[in-house]
Amino acid sequence: MRKVLLATFLGSAAALAVGSASANDELIKMSQNPKDWVMPTGDYSNNRYSKLNQINAQNVNKLQVAWTFSTGVLRGHEGGPLIIGNMMYVHTPFPNKVYAIDLSQENKIVWKYEPKQDPNVIPVMCCDTVNRGLAYGDGKIFLHQADTTLVALDANTGQVAWTAKNGDASKGETGTSAPMVIKDKVLIGISGGEFGVQAHMSAYDIKTGKLAWRGYSEGPDDQILVDDKTTALGKPIGRDSSLKTWQGDQWKIGGGATWGWISYDPELNLVYYGSGNPSTWNPKQRPGDNKWSMTIWARNPDTGVAKWVYQMTPHDEWDYDGVNEMILSDQSINGQARKLLTHFDRNGLGYTLDRATGELLVAEKYDPKVNWTSGVDMDKNSATYGRPKVLDAASTDKAGEDHNVKGICPAALGTKDEQPAAYSPDTQLFYVPTNHVCMDYEPFKVSYTAGQPYVGATLSMYPPQGDTNMGNFIAWDGKTGKIVWSNKEQFSVWSGALATAGGVVFYGTLEGYLKAVDAKTGKELYKFKTPSGIIGNVTTYENAGKQYVAVLSGVGGWAGIGLAAGLTDPNAGLGAVGGYAALSNYTALGGTLTVFSLPSN
Amino acid sequence: MRKIRSVIAAIIFVASGGIAVADGSGDPAALKQNETGEWLDKDGNPTYRINGDTVDWYTYSGYRRYHSDCHVCHGPDGMGSTYAPALKDSLKTMSYADFLGTVASGRKNISTAAENVMPAFGDNPNVACYMDDLYVYLRARSNDAWGRARPGKHEDKNEAYTKNEDSCMGKK
Repeated sequence: MRKVLLATFLGSAAALAVGSASANDELIKMSQNPKDWVMPTGDYSNNRYSKLNQINAQNVNKLQVAWTFSTGVLRGHEGGPLIIGNMMYVHTPFPNKVYAIDLSQENKIVWKYEPKQDPNVIPVMCCDTVNRGLAYGDGKIFLHQADTTLVALDANTGQVAWTAKNGDASKGETGTSAPMVIKDKVLIGISGGEFGVQAHMSAYDIKTGKLAWRGYSEGPDDQILVDDKTTALGKPIGRDSSLKTWQGDQWKIGGGATWGWISYDPELNLVYYGSGNPSTWNPKQRPGDNKWSMTIWARNPDTGVAKWVYQMTPHDEWDYDGVNEMILSDQSINGQARKLLTHFDRNGLGYTLDRATGELLVAEKYDPKVNWTSGVDMDKNSATYGRPKVLDAASTDKAGEDHNVKGICPAALGTKDEQPAAYSPDTQLFYVPTNHVCMDYEPFKVSYTAGQPYVGATLSMYPPQGDTNMGNFIAWDGKTGKIVWSNKEQFSVWSGALATAGGVVFYGTLEGYLKAVDAKTGKELYKFKTPSGIIGNVTTYENAGKQYVAVLSGVGGWAGIGLAAGLTDPNAGLGAVGGYAALSNYTALGGTLTVFSLPSN
Repeated sequence: MRKIRSVIAAIIFVASGGIAVADGSGDPAALKQNETGEWLDKDGNPTYRINGDTVDWYTYSGYRRYHSDCHVCHGPDGMGSTYAPALKDSLKTMSYADFLGTVASGRKNISTAAENVMPAFGDNPNVACYMDDLYVYLRARSNDAWGRARPGKHEDKNEAYTKNEDSCMGKK
């Protein structure tokens, strides 16, 4: 508590002295303190790596439950808590409660916030009422509520400092993602790709909640915030780059949701995030590349203007949202030091780019079963440079409306969804929680009604032929685009990973296990079954000289919807075993924070 | 009571050659077909007609529509999810009229323990124009007349159905 006050005081003093960049300087400093976990992503680079090493590969097998906390909410619990000094801030799915817990007072609840929200927002949240967490800055805790209210709470008292409305739930715009504080602004994305929203990234003034800028995923140049210097793969994108790729005014209901994690490079002064699928899921109904859906964005956080963009899946035919996190690392490729951005896309390709310029360096499959593409054209002189080659057998656009295309890998869940990967600078490896699921996909014509689902495809999902596992947890070399090791998991791994200086990597499973594996080999070192399936992200912190590992369990999200009853067996009658096992036989609903530590002696 | 009923049901099951187990709308046996190709039970409620691996058009169409608009909450094949109930089971006690009312107007079940809200689909043509299709598919699932699979062979949609569909969806 004292630390928060002190930090706030210093932050205010700095603001008086130098102007507007206080929250940023404060946060950069705070995120370098491994005892805290001050951002939903751990740090601005989205590494999810901690320098703490009290818990290590030798002793992690002695881990014990130190304490637990029930959130009182049953829905799917994504994200994880923030830890700042002696205070822990825990969020929940709808109704979006926030608990401030004092770790120095036997985890007493210091304050609690529970907004009043119209429950009619619940059914317009595609795939469960999840929330991915809180942000801290300028002495405030920021929460993006389901109804798109962005609220600033006094970190000490829970009092509302300001609120801002980021969207309109009656049109299917909802809030699920975690805000990110960058400089003197709070950045927040929006959900609703299955409701035909025109999605955007928005920045609000940290002191007042006033909208500073808003960059849409599709539309005219002044709405998507691009200029004549904005590039794609090294070339200027030119005028009306988005409008030219949509039929008529379809961009107005074009989707491109922005509910993933946000990263930031303070030196380059660039913010990175991904945009999601174009609406509808029926590709025939929206001819064109549908720019800039399915795109990696690099924007200036002060103005919102994009420096570069890269569209991974032009004219999506499978719901391969591009929202997954951008992980920033500094590594050498071919003996040359590079500032890298690595991204594990829903489409099954792991991308490595130069984050200063947007140059594409690596694009390789991170699940060998990925079969919709033969790969990305890496020839800079080619007319299709940077585009994935779509195989006819997997093209739902080619097959057309009312035709069922079978055996596409990955499924719409993607080879990875929002569950964030971790990067360890010690091993220079990425640790990636993955789905190992394929699908049949049949597009058909739909009509748009504001606030109603706008889907337009029939799906059924199942594990790849011959396999009985629905997930893998892999280690990935982003410099070469190769899998270093891969552990099978019965269910999709839908939990955010954590890497530590102790040489251990943590993740959760849908059955509810918290697992610790050796960072070098992937060997399982520890597991403990928490009260419910884990779709939350693993966090670590230090308090009173002791390292703790914390994770939210509480099954749900899209994983809970798709896998609760088991996947559809295309060879019906063989029984729900192996890859078709029902998650409901392993776990049930319930939100709990479980915190682990080593025994005292 | 439940036991007695299931014994009776079992007797009927045997006696009638394995077709009829009553659901929320009564006996699902298909007696006649209307001009759109829709099969009706003795009370005139829509029902399925499945011969081996061949299904009627409504069951097939309902499968497709369910796995676009409904499965994102209710899970694959009407099996339910961590988020919403299994409609395969709901239809065992829910009548055709209640089904139409719930889909059109939505439903709220909010208490300290649960916050389940189903939206009103009455204004959404992608759902509202296919209410009977959805009902027929789910009725087949509810009676285990169709399993957890995509229907393969099916009756084709006829002209009267296409005409209704186009006018409902606002197509010319």
